[in-house]
Amino acid sequence: MHEIEVKNLSKSFIEKDIRVDALSNINLTVEKSDIYGIIGMSGAGKSTLIRCFNYLERPTSGQVIINGKELGQLNENELRAERTKIAMIFQHFNLLQQKNVIDNVIFPLTIQGVKKSEARAKAFELLATVGLEEKANAYPSQLSGGQQQRVAIARALASNPRILLCDEATSALDPQTTASILSLLKRINKETGITIVLITHQMSVVKAICNKVAVLEAGELVESGNIEDVNLPEDKYFWIDGDSHLKKRKDQVNNRKEVADYVG
Amino acid sequence: MWDSTTINMILEGILQTIYMTVTSTVLGYLLGLPMGVLLTISDKNGLKPNPFLYKVLDAISNIVRSIPFLILLILLIPFTRQIVGQSYGSTATIVPLIICSAPYIARMVEASLKEVDPGVIEAAKAMGAGNTQIVFKVLLVEARTSLVTNATIALGSVLGYSAMAGTVGGGGLGDIAVRYGYYRYQTDIMLVTVVLLIVLFQIFQNSGMAVAKKLDHTKKS
Ligand SMILES: Nc1ncnc2c1ncn2[C@@H]1O[C@H](COP(=O)(O)OP(=O)(O)O)[C@@H](O)[C@H]1O
Ligand SMILES: [Mg+2]
Repeated sequence: MHEIEVKNLSKSFIEKDIRVDALSNINLTVEKSDIYGIIGMSGAGKSTLIRCFNYLERPTSGQVIINGKELGQLNENELRAERTKIAMIFQHFNLLQQKNVIDNVIFPLTIQGVKKSEARAKAFELLATVGLEEKANAYPSQLSGGQQQRVAIARALASNPRILLCDEATSALDPQTTASILSLLKRINKETGITIVLITHQMSVVKAICNKVAVLEAGELVESGNIEDVNLPEDKYFWIDGDSHLKKRKDQVNNRKEVADYVG
Repeated sequence: MWDSTTINMILEGILQTIYMTVTSTVLGYLLGLPMGVLLTISDKNGLKPNPFLYKVLDAISNIVRSIPFLILLILLIPFTRQIVGQSYGSTATIVPLIICSAPYIARMVEASLKEVDPGVIEAAKAMGAGNTQIVFKVLLVEARTSLVTNATIALGSVLGYSAMAGTVGGGGLGDIAVRYGYYRYQTDIMLVTVVLLIVLFQIFQNSGMAVAKKLDHTKKS
């Protein structure tokens, strides 16, 4: 059985009577313990696609099958139960600003009704995993971006998910921090066998940790497969980012090397 | 003229004003908070969009807010008499004060809740949180500083309205100011009550803002 199977998935948005086809006829499969990268330029439909993986976005047509369960067939409660096994991290971390680090990590467990003492023990374990035990009582506003993303990762792992979805999880971070977050993800993947799907506009991220990759272009999957087999359009996607389009090219080449070296 | 009767009357006025203002704001919140939550979640980008419910609440809140307080107070006299048994005095003034403040509070609650980062709501959804959990564990928690700030503003406005009710025998400091200052030309008593109203306002304002500041963890400290 595939861990994630996406079949003929399409998604359109209607806005002011105009239809936007964000995704057209996407097919892909992710296996257990894959680190699956989905790369594409801004507006290609990456966020929409990854949000279909936990049905934060309902596809217009097609199926998303997680571990044999088709999400479209589930009722509201079943879907919520399924989501506890599909964790997600975000570009802007999305931590609760009014809760301290430990309470943020506990949050998904309290939602599931886990006893507070049990949840705290688990949360401290996870903070150790991400290397932030000493920040347990700090508030997100007192942490750097990289630290906040570590907290978000600890929070994501709290409910022992099978799958971790990463929506541009390193895009707000500098290259060094990016490298350390990526190596953390890789380590967690090795140690726990968790399946990771990450979307990014940075080729360096894909090259650093993914074993499989899909290329999304204007809502269509133009390539997918093992990282060695896919013909990656290097120039086109390399370190492109919304506002600093192809700027500082040389630095970026160096950064990419650094990231790759660091992650190993 | 500053005999003990006058002083007692002023002291009583202070107590009545505090009683009216605090009770009305608290009860106004009891109505306004759920109304604001419903406005937030039933709006088109809310957790559970419901155009009909939104329109109804929106209309109620706009209609009540568009009626000047003194006119509302007079309109409500039969209703107030039904509930309290009389239509003058501080307890009777609480009825129109609640009805006037609840829709304002609802609007402020709505504004506070809509300021909560959609990303945080999305993260909670992705964890499997249901709408009720999102309201109680995300929206109301993340917005609490802004909710307390707005409650403080509401308290100040209700204080002002309670004084206005004094013109029609509403009790409290406003009542004293009107009776002595306006009808009997005892300007000194009126001035004292005005100063007391200003002092009360400052106390409410400063303590509210202090609480809000203490609750806020979004600023680096
Ligand atoms: N909620 C929405 N309503 C309307 N259009 C949307 C919505 N979400 C995304 N889109 C459109 O879908 C396309 C893909 O967006 P997105 O998935 O965010 O791209 P990416 O994450 O690759 O930058 C864009 O054209 C975007 O404007
Ligand atoms: Mg995106």
